[in-house]
Amino acid sequence: MGALLLKRLFHGLVVLWVVATVTFLLLRLAPGGPFDSERKLPPEVIANLEAKYHLDEPLWQQYLRYLGGIVRADFGPSYKYLDRGVTEIIADTLPVSVLLGGLALICAVTISFPIGLLAAYHRNTLIDRCCMLAATLGISLPNFLLGALLIWAIALQLGWLQVGRWDDWTSMILPTVTLAAAPAAFLAALLRSTLLETFGEDFVRTARAKGLSEFVVVAKHALGHSLIPVLTVMGPLTAALLTGSFVVEFVFAIPGMGRFFITAVVDRDYPLIMGVTLIYTAILVCANLLVDLLYGYVDPRIRVQ
Amino acid sequence: MLRMAASFIAIVLLAATFAPWISPYGVGGLQEERLLETPSWAHWMGTDGLGRDLLTRVLYGARVSLSVGLGTALIALALGTAYGLIAGFKGGSWDHFMMRVVDIFYSLPDMLIFILLSLLFGRNIGGLLVALGLVSWVRFARIARGQVLQAKEFLFVEGAVALGASRKRVLLRHILPNIVGPIIVTMTFSIPSAILAESTLSFIGIGINDPYSHWGTSWGTLAQDGYRAMRSYPHLIAFPAAAIFMTILSFNTLGNGLRDLIDPKGR
Repeated sequence: MGALLLKRLFHGLVVLWVVATVTFLLLRLAPGGPFDSERKLPPEVIANLEAKYHLDEPLWQQYLRYLGGIVRADFGPSYKYLDRGVTEIIADTLPVSVLLGGLALICAVTISFPIGLLAAYHRNTLIDRCCMLAATLGISLPNFLLGALLIWAIALQLGWLQVGRWDDWTSMILPTVTLAAAPAAFLAALLRSTLLETFGEDFVRTARAKGLSEFVVVAKHALGHSLIPVLTVMGPLTAALLTGSFVVEFVFAIPGMGRFFITAVVDRDYPLIMGVTLIYTAILVCANLLVDLLYGYVDPRIRVQ
Repeated sequence: MLRMAASFIAIVLLAATFAPWISPYGVGGLQEERLLETPSWAHWMGTDGLGRDLLTRVLYGARVSLSVGLGTALIALALGTAYGLIAGFKGGSWDHFMMRVVDIFYSLPDMLIFILLSLLFGRNIGGLLVALGLVSWVRFARIARGQVLQAKEFLFVEGAVALGASRKRVLLRHILPNIVGPIIVTMTFSIPSAILAESTLSFIGIGINDPYSHWGTSWGTLAQDGYRAMRSYPHLIAFPAAAIFMTILSFNTLGNGLRDLIDPKGR
């Protein structure tokens, strides 16, 4: 178990290093620099700026400098926000994004499990078909459209909730629902199909033969086994939540990391782009690690290995 | 349901191909005196902030979205299937190493990579195709490799090898035709996924950025224009939104139907 953990940790560090390097190279190779959009600056000023931000140094030196900074949790200065460093910006916005993502995850799991169970329990009936139709609709509607629709309907037309804020819990409802919809739909469909597969297993037949009620068979016996593929998918699902949050933060004007990332890309604010990319990847690596650990705990077959 | 989906896709394909001929107005048709009109007989979907007919813009937008969707799926299919075939067929440490690379790709947040790659390759259709294709191929690689590992066990493969068939022949002539099923299903799902990604990127402003292109404007960009005016002119976002949603939904339904046909286990 410990060896597995170490191996996974090492794998995660490799991923982080690859991402850091690739991002660094991509940004250095991309056409256009961070000072292009300003008014035509005299070459001496540009040279000065480049010297200040070490852009005139050879590539490998910039790279080492960057890596050294990361290890000390210093992501460098932002090219655009001159009064704040990247680390500071991330520290301010990360909690917001994490909160949004966490709420959406809880919401998605809470919505999808009953629906998936219901659909599998009443398989091939109208209820099942309705649930799966809802699931297909859920994954087909892009989250920015759902967000726009919710804003239009609930905030503008009905005036029940307000948007553009992130202070009290009422302002968190719409963004959370928007972000959670597609993952919830996906999880519901996945749960239903794994449950249906589990129903063919021998131990389910035994449970039924024992005379247990269908409800107990499904909820107690089949569900546990079906959770394994669902757990596996939680890793990539966290990725989807992270990236979905860019858009939701944009649509609802939430002061999270995603919004800064988008504007940083447009402004070519290299350090901010790289810092945010690394943080997102780190979160993802941790999520995958957690999933692997839980996997080993939940599935006894893996534990024994 | 499946028939409705397939027919809608056919409609979108026709619209995309024949857009220049069936659009009531030209691509750049600005009419200043008819700004922001709601749907009417002259303009079935109304006009936008610059007086352009929305129906025309949506029809041309179909070209962009479909070309990105299909193009990405094809690129990912070609790259990923080839990769997966080689990995599964060679087996051993080759397979192990190649799949580690796939794992690393899988553990990256895809929207992030799209955005970064779009910086590198430019914000036009070609660049976006490359960026999206470079991320989506992994799905095909995994499926193809898994299928090859299963197909290798078939008796006729052993027979072909015993008869002296070259490795290339066994791969292309015996294994490949037997694994197309799941690969086609994956492809049918990767089209709407690509359309989703492209329209999302265009919506937040980092997607295709060719406002005067004669090929068309992405639906995502149209949706962004509409979003800004949503409070007063909801029709501007309603029509592109409906187009995006219906297209993605149709492809997903098609994929579900195909998957049920090929792999009836899930019923």
